[in-house]
Amino acid sequence: MYQFVTGPLAWLSFGIFLVGIIVRAVLYIKGLDWKMDRVTYSVNVSYGIKGALRSIFLWLLPFGTRGWRTKPGFTILFFVFHTGILLTPLFLVAHNVLLKERWGISLWTIPDFAADLLTIFVIVSAVIIILRRIALPEVRILTTAYDLLMLLIATAPFITGFIAYHQAPGYQFWLITHILCGEIMLISIPFTKLSHFILFFMSRAQIGMDFGIKRGGMKGKGFAW
Amino acid sequence: MAEGILCNRKPVNTKEDLLTLLADKSGKQYYEEMNHLHVDSAALWATIQKSLKSRLRTWLEICAHCGLCADSCFYYLANNKDPKQVPSYKIQSTLGEMVKRKGNVDNAFMQMVMDTAWSKCTCCNRCGSYCPFGIDMGVMFGYTRGLCFSQGFVPWEMKIGSGMHRVYRAQMDITSEDWVDTCSWMCEENEEDWPGLEIPVDKENADIIYTVNAREPKHYPEDIAEAAILFHLAGENWTVPSVGWEETSLAMFAGDWEGCRLQVQEVYNAMERLKPKRMVVTECGHAYRATVIEGPYWAGLKTGKTPVESFHYVEWVAEALRTGKLKIDPAKKLKMPVTYQDSCNYIRNAGLADTAREIMSYIAEDFREMKPCREHNFCCGGGGGLNGIGRYREQRNIGLKVKRNQILATGAKFVISPCHNCWDAIRDLEEIFHIGIKWSFLKPILLKMVIVPDHLKPENGE
Repeated sequence: MYQFVTGPLAWLSFGIFLVGIIVRAVLYIKGLDWKMDRVTYSVNVSYGIKGALRSIFLWLLPFGTRGWRTKPGFTILFFVFHTGILLTPLFLVAHNVLLKERWGISLWTIPDFAADLLTIFVIVSAVIIILRRIALPEVRILTTAYDLLMLLIATAPFITGFIAYHQAPGYQFWLITHILCGEIMLISIPFTKLSHFILFFMSRAQIGMDFGIKRGGMKGKGFAW
Repeated sequence: MAEGILCNRKPVNTKEDLLTLLADKSGKQYYEEMNHLHVDSAALWATIQKSLKSRLRTWLEICAHCGLCADSCFYYLANNKDPKQVPSYKIQSTLGEMVKRKGNVDNAFMQMVMDTAWSKCTCCNRCGSYCPFGIDMGVMFGYTRGLCFSQGFVPWEMKIGSGMHRVYRAQMDITSEDWVDTCSWMCEENEEDWPGLEIPVDKENADIIYTVNAREPKHYPEDIAEAAILFHLAGENWTVPSVGWEETSLAMFAGDWEGCRLQVQEVYNAMERLKPKRMVVTECGHAYRATVIEGPYWAGLKTGKTPVESFHYVEWVAEALRTGKLKIDPAKKLKMPVTYQDSCNYIRNAGLADTAREIMSYIAEDFREMKPCREHNFCCGGGGGLNGIGRYREQRNIGLKVKRNQILATGAKFVISPCHNCWDAIRDLEEIFHIGIKWSFLKPILLKMVIVPDHLKPENGE
């Protein structure tokens, strides 16, 4: 079982994930329409690129935009959650050992206690995100079961990984479950809302170009859209 | 498919139809007919499939339902943080639902969409700057308005407005003759006080072609006179076109994209016919947005630019003050606290925030910013056509509270508002809330404080 989930199934899920996000990006770009979107993507390109990069960069920076600054609590929650989700699986020692073993490559690693801490951050922020969804009327009205499922798919690998790492009874079960959860997450990315993994960049670049080319980027100093 | 005589899927294209629609006081029969208007689901779905491209599709799909857009919306704030006013909720429950149901929606649903698209969103685009994904719900509601229009679910005044553009190429029933007559009348009225004053019509190769909002010839002709006097004082070589003089677009507010195209094309034709160096439009936000920012796309101009470079009036004023074409008498600068209403259409959506500040530095001694201001300012409360729709007067008036509070917080008693919609909204908020403010366009203020060169003064003295 272990061989299977870390072998063919891992190949398959990484494959679906990679091809999937590339397809999503390509489809997004192909679906842009200068006349319908009312943005001359291929004219005044330099303003477009500037707007796109500015838009992406400042929104990736904690407190980089007025939007982030007006909601400091949420901003911290958002960045802690996403940093943990992205960094932990990439730089975890165990993942890189496996990577080396199977594919002969590995990345830098972070100490296990750091990974543990990041994992706890992810789980705690997920809990706060759920509580926030329940507590705030303006978020509650938007929340659907689908949103909760996404949160579950994104955090399940962390919960199961944490249990497995700490050698809870039934290690083998937790380990396999952890790997499967990770693979479910990877496969879900291109097909669900988790596609924002790539579409965040697309969407931000688009609105950045919209404002950069058309809505004031050529006249004003530009603000972080 | 049942369609009414007044309320139907056909845009108004003749004077006759326009008069019939206008004769229906407050749209009583029109809205009654709307209750029986069938939804052409097949056509609606076909339109969606053809026009809902990756940008909008992605916005609908990836919205994380985080609610960060809530506080960005003045309607949400004005309505005691009613969750149903959260921008994401508003768009997901209308356009989102329409897409989900593949256009299979009924009359009641479409009326709900219409009410949401026109009375709960002014397309100010503020929410777009507060969404981590950059989801601009103003853009999406603009699109949704287009879908509503194509199905005949459009507020009565918007249908009239779109018809006006289609019949008169103006938002009001002003013909080319009416316009030219108003110009010469205004010139005659003022030439005694301003010797040599001219309103040149259809002059070729002028430095500036000046275009207006049809409300000016219809209701505020003195605005045209003021513009003429200021151009005269600044020594500009300018002209107005006899045809293609109207910059506004109720068609844009109505979601009538063909009407939008017809309207801007008329202005672009005037530019091409008269070959001016540049175009300046009066103090109107949506006129600038429609003709300068969005218009080139409706007309299919691949550069995304108007045929000649186009400026909002505030840009001309700032330039005239900067270059000394207009000089302000320092003794006549505004002494009282003054604030400035940043119009969504030419500030947030066109980048002219600094231009406005530059003007204020010349004319006001005690300028106070609203909070928030510049690109982040709240809509006046009357944008997107809302000022003109009787059906939503109550909702509009509730929305005005946000602007009222912003103005009160500045302590200013005078609001400068170089935008017709903002100007109207602020006038109405004073009528409703009596907060003791005055409001004005730039032209009348400038005329009171500008230094008149000796050779332009009337001969019999000052």
